[in-house]
Amino acid sequence: MEVPSGTFSQSYAQDMAIFRTRTHWILLLAFLAFLFTCPLYFGDRILTIMTIICITVISVLGLNILTGYCNQISIGHAGFMAVGAYTSGILTAHFGWSFWAALPCAALMAGMVGILFGLPSLRVKGFYLIMATIAAQFIIIWFILQFRNITGGGDGLAVPKPEIFGFVLKSKGSYFYLVMIIACLATFAAKNIVRTRVGRAFIAIRDNELAAEVMGVNLWAYNLLAFFIGCVYAGVAGSLLVHYVAFASVDQFPFMNSVWYLGMLIVGGMGSTVGAILGAVSLKLLDELVTVIGPIISAAVAPQAAASLSLIIRGLIIIIFLIFEPRGLAHRWQMAKAYYRLWPFSH
Amino acid sequence: MTFFLQLVISGFTLGMVYALIAIGFVIILKCSKAFNIAQGHFVMIGGYLGFTFLVTFHMPIWASLLVAIAAAIVMGLLVERLTLRPLVGQPVLAVIMMTIGLATVLEGLATLIWGGEYKTYHGVLPKLTLKIGEISVPSEMTIGVIVSVVTVVILMIIFRYTKSGLAMRATAEDEQVVQSAGIRVTTIYALSWAIACVVGVISGIILGGVSGVMVGMSQVGLKAFAVVLLGGVNSIGGAIFAGIIVGVLENVAAGYLDPLLPAGGGLANVFPFIIIIVVLIFRPYGLFGLAEIERI
Repeated sequence: MEVPSGTFSQSYAQDMAIFRTRTHWILLLAFLAFLFTCPLYFGDRILTIMTIICITVISVLGLNILTGYCNQISIGHAGFMAVGAYTSGILTAHFGWSFWAALPCAALMAGMVGILFGLPSLRVKGFYLIMATIAAQFIIIWFILQFRNITGGGDGLAVPKPEIFGFVLKSKGSYFYLVMIIACLATFAAKNIVRTRVGRAFIAIRDNELAAEVMGVNLWAYNLLAFFIGCVYAGVAGSLLVHYVAFASVDQFPFMNSVWYLGMLIVGGMGSTVGAILGAVSLKLLDELVTVIGPIISAAVAPQAAASLSLIIRGLIIIIFLIFEPRGLAHRWQMAKAYYRLWPFSH
Repeated sequence: MTFFLQLVISGFTLGMVYALIAIGFVIILKCSKAFNIAQGHFVMIGGYLGFTFLVTFHMPIWASLLVAIAAAIVMGLLVERLTLRPLVGQPVLAVIMMTIGLATVLEGLATLIWGGEYKTYHGVLPKLTLKIGEISVPSEMTIGVIVSVVTVVILMIIFRYTKSGLAMRATAEDEQVVQSAGIRVTTIYALSWAIACVVGVISGIILGGVSGVMVGMSQVGLKAFAVVLLGGVNSIGGAIFAGIIVGVLENVAAGYLDPLLPAGGGLANVFPFIIIIVVLIFRPYGLFGLAEIERI
């Protein structure tokens, strides 16, 4: 049910194309037009939420390549985001670099650190690798706190806003354009990386590591490459986040976020770019809902109720999706599309 | 020298607690092949239960331990039946994510019930003065070591001499053979979760006596993974040995290196994670573990 019935492929390129029918193209252009005109309809509050969602989408797309496609489970993604965040923060704040030079450096640095902590993946997998990435999260944050004369330690670091041709991206709308364009490019890249030779190698590793190795997939190189790509995404997301709030502190990258990014993958559906986006968007919206109704519940029940409610809801969502819909929202989305195409005749 | 001995002794107590947490983890891992990220949260719940029974209800330590154990058994059985049973046969990631979800829910519940504040029950425990050389060991630590040694001995006896212990060890070896011998594997799963929960709650009560209780205490479960990895994931003896090594090393390293570091150190919080990375790179299956052999 990938395409409506009656769509025929006459060449390989046609068969592989993501956008097949005219409806696809119209929907895509309409959606892009909507995204580019968002600041016209929405106020600052909605734009803030959308910016944060875009940043999360970038981060989760990276995690999806690493975990969903290559099966290297990482619970240290917020730590890798912190690496990117502090790299570009330090380069712009202390060395006066422009944001546009610092962003690739942040991505590269996060990728390098990712490779470093991915090294155990050469010998171990599954649970052991999870341990290595959890360790990465705590060690990275500890390092940032220790080198306080350049990172600001626990006090945080003031980061300048990016500027383009002398125009500072101060307003919510202008920053939203920056983040949204990068998120679109990241989605495009993620969708295409997994269709290349590299992506097929990742999928082979995910489905059976030993069989992949026997087929000639270089585990050593591809595991580290998966870590590199996943962490580059994290680095970009981290950098965008700190330049958005103009401040970097370790509190922006808690361990709970690392867990929650995996939760977004579970809810969205592992190994699917659409799933990563759906998961990030739906759970971030849920977070917003909790911040809205939290104070009401706190006032009604007990002061700590808001914090505990958000934790309990997060945990329950992961549990419920694992039991009742392990393939995530992406699967539901596929089913909805199939239903729409077949209705009213199932043929 | 006195400073060093002090560090070693408090490290030893901490190490025994780490070993207990690691044992709870290893029991579940061996029996039901589930990596339980929530073990640290059982510890936290245990600490809060200890606070409730010892301080709020003014119970003596032995009664508190017994009631807490009963509560832990109920919690373990519920957790297994409601969350892990539907996932039998699912991939590793699903089970790990399930325990993460469980951990999040437990943290939320603890915040809701106990308010998430720092609680302590110093001075509630009976006084036991013990002197080693010039150092007097605090009574919380002495009680902690006694309770954990007793727990380990009881566990050893259960595993070696009882029928369900034998069934558990057999399940760890091969589930299908156990099933064909007429043992209900689901019962064994439930039993292993109940035991792990009890062990976690006991270590929580000990740890709460030594250093107080708070929601962030569940991080100790993550630190205990260093013990699990160092000792090898399928060895209970290894867990005890590695627990003491990690506890002592962590304390000594923090005691001597923290003043040298900028920003006040805080080395104790990351030292176990450094151990994890080193072990994973150089000896992934730990000191006493068995390397996994895999077939296509």
